[in-house]
Amino acid sequence: MVRTVLTRIALALAVAGLPAAVLAAEAEEPPARSWPHEGIFGRYDRAALQRGFLVFKEVCSGCHSARYLRFRDLEGIGLDPDTIKALAAEYTVQDCCDDAGEPFERPALPSDRFPPPYPNEQAARASNNGALPPDLSLIVKARAGHEDYIHALLTGYEEPPAGEQPPREGMYWNRYFPGHWIAMPPPLSEGLVEYPDGTPATVEQMASDVTQFLTWLSEPTMEERKRTGIKYMLFVLVLTGLFYAYKRKLWADIH
Amino acid sequence: MAQTSSHGGAGEGTRRDFLELVSWATLGVGTLVALWPFVDSLNPSMEVLATASTELDLEPIQEGQRVTIMWRGKPVFVAHRTQQEIEAARQVRLDELRDPEPDEERAPRPEWLIVVGICTHLGCVPLGNRTGEPRGEWGGWFCPCHGSHYDTAGRIRKGPAPRNLEVPPYTFQTDTLVRIG
Amino acid sequence: MNREFVQPPLRGVAKWIDERLPILTWAYNELVVYPAPKNLNYWWNFGSLAGIMLTIQIVTGIVLVMHYTPHASMAFDSVEGYIMRDVNWGWLLRYLHANGASMFFAVVYIHIFRGLYYGSYKAPRELLWMIGVVIVIVMMATAFMGYVLPWGNMSYWAATVITNLFSAIPLVGETIVTWLWGGFTVANPTLQRFFSLHYLLPFVIFALVFLHILALHQVGSNNPLGIDLTKKDKIPFHPYYTIKDMFGLGVFLLVYGFFVFFAPNAFIEPVNFEPANPLQTPAHIVPEWYFLPFYAILRAINFDILWIIPAKLGGVIAMFASIFVLFLLPWLDTSPVRSARFRPIYRQFFWILVLDVLVLGYCGAHPPEGWYLTVAQIATAYYFLHFLVILPILGKVERPLPLPKSLDEPVLAGGAAPSSR
Repeated sequence: MVRTVLTRIALALAVAGLPAAVLAAEAEEPPARSWPHEGIFGRYDRAALQRGFLVFKEVCSGCHSARYLRFRDLEGIGLDPDTIKALAAEYTVQDCCDDAGEPFERPALPSDRFPPPYPNEQAARASNNGALPPDLSLIVKARAGHEDYIHALLTGYEEPPAGEQPPREGMYWNRYFPGHWIAMPPPLSEGLVEYPDGTPATVEQMASDVTQFLTWLSEPTMEERKRTGIKYMLFVLVLTGLFYAYKRKLWADIH
Repeated sequence: MAQTSSHGGAGEGTRRDFLELVSWATLGVGTLVALWPFVDSLNPSMEVLATASTELDLEPIQEGQRVTIMWRGKPVFVAHRTQQEIEAARQVRLDELRDPEPDEERAPRPEWLIVVGICTHLGCVPLGNRTGEPRGEWGGWFCPCHGSHYDTAGRIRKGPAPRNLEVPPYTFQTDTLVRIG
Repeated sequence: MNREFVQPPLRGVAKWIDERLPILTWAYNELVVYPAPKNLNYWWNFGSLAGIMLTIQIVTGIVLVMHYTPHASMAFDSVEGYIMRDVNWGWLLRYLHANGASMFFAVVYIHIFRGLYYGSYKAPRELLWMIGVVIVIVMMATAFMGYVLPWGNMSYWAATVITNLFSAIPLVGETIVTWLWGGFTVANPTLQRFFSLHYLLPFVIFALVFLHILALHQVGSNNPLGIDLTKKDKIPFHPYYTIKDMFGLGVFLLVYGFFVFFAPNAFIEPVNFEPANPLQTPAHIVPEWYFLPFYAILRAINFDILWIIPAKLGGVIAMFASIFVLFLLPWLDTSPVRSARFRPIYRQFFWILVLDVLVLGYCGAHPPEGWYLTVAQIATAYYFLHFLVILPILGKVERPLPLPKSLDEPVLAGGAAPSSR
């Protein structure tokens, strides 16, 4: 009797596996890529982060905000304080308030947040055909597939298959976007930015760079975390070994 | 109940004692180190440290005028001193002072005195930085909490405060732009 | 009948204090000389591990509260924008706490299944077991409310869905839900009361753990053979089990540390990195893994029961019943033998139950459609069948293997484990 129950459950499990595969086919899985920041010893590639920031600054930030990014945080991608100060001064931010109680504009300081492109959600939607460009501060963590997905999305624009019609005007077909029709126009094109280090600005290169920058932006403390983790693991291994040896000695005369 | 004191050989026992000592000591060290993140998390965060310096444009401050600005969440008094105030501060004999400091050191540019506006007694904000407020017997600042009088160099002259008003670290970026912190 | 307390060897100030306030005598008896069976295996490590996890959660939680802002407009930013980025070691505190919840449940679930396997709920340990069930229920409430605090979009919708369970109560359901929310949707008042309770309940758990240990030490620990042991088969808790527990803790810390440092977001749904949005429900609302089996039971009842109980209420009743049935377990299991080691048929049903709960968890992670639903319904039925039918009958019909009289007996008989023939 026991055996029959077991067999039935095993059978049920095997069948249950089927719909999972069927469901997965709805949205195409982004291909897995390897990133320099992956793995226990993975670290961010500073040069790629800086190139990625350039793409973010010149392309993405036209429509997307990044409200957790302050200019001084860019020390994390290897910019020095003077460069950051000069960079911040290129932007104006609104401050409150002057002696008359009126808001006034001033050049941004390193302690300021990266100014958002739109003052509020309604303005963002009004300028983007009703769609809301999401904030990019946590975007890599906030999407299933993470950096693989962001990279795949940026490079996944294609001609729609024959017979596919956009649900409304101004939508684009993307292989990896859930539901395929996306409101964001293809953001990257060959030579869109000019890298100061001379790297050719191919779509692939820009997508890879900006994805790495956004990964850093989602988790700027990753390197500190992994460094701490390695020390922690080594210490706990030694500690466990010691207590194991001691435990064996102690219990030797019990059994 | 089994006895804990009987072991095999003497060497066996020593080795066990050694292991016991090392294991517990390692655990103790590890626990202490592990406490550090908890303690350190209570130190000023990056957000607080980021606003650790403030810049001030001195251009609009008239002679004889005093302004208050915030630096690290504390009031800082910036006084554009008159010639009279400068002389009053420089004529004082140092041995008369509780906390002897020459005015030249406290205000390298004599017309500008910059001090943290917090009484060194128990942390109140002294009066005298706004027009009409009492400036104390020496024409500087007066702390209403316990009656400390400061002179035009922000030095303690009378009352319970032990030290002069603190001079924050600052640098003149230009003749009219000062950076505090 | 009270336990006999051993007087600790104290001198000086310690003696002076202990004569007036016997905390040292108490600690000495509970943690040092407590006579523990000498044959406990590593499955017995998980009790102390659970205690350590509770401590870690309380300590990290108290420090996190020093940086967190319990307000709907600031909670998400205070976690993702401030604690994770600006606070010194804030990421570590947060990841220790968030992953700590998963670790705590993993440890407690293993602890529970160990109790099920070795019959630790049977006389005289019924109250010990029931206090344990209360602890799990309070833990679930605490974990659920803690999950709401970062105010991500999954936090928000988890709060909505779970509090809506109470709307299934006939007549007063809607009133109760409005009262729980402090409004007409989950909103800031809900967040603030959840925060208050999330801070309170761990200390309730702490008190319950005290009672759990009190009850345990009153009747003594069970052991893998499930037989009552005499003094000669027991050893003092310290140093034998303190050291063994420390070794177990080390191994556990490696697993915990792996998640905290190298896979910190493994248990966090991507949707929860978006701020709460009352206008947009995530495509699939999935609770944390430790709630999945119960979630599957909730959704398995999609039909009205006997035309009296509507499906919605039925699901809620089934979910709560799946936990509350554990209170009755000491009387549902009619076998006088504790350990599954001497109950060959129960042992098989035990493993089927483990599998059943895993299947429920698997179904809970997927939408309640098609095969998932059917399988979840079968698994739910089996879950209750196990406790309400199989256990009572099995205790009567199963022939247990011969029990040893003491720990030495099987050795004297010349065989390590008694064979079934």
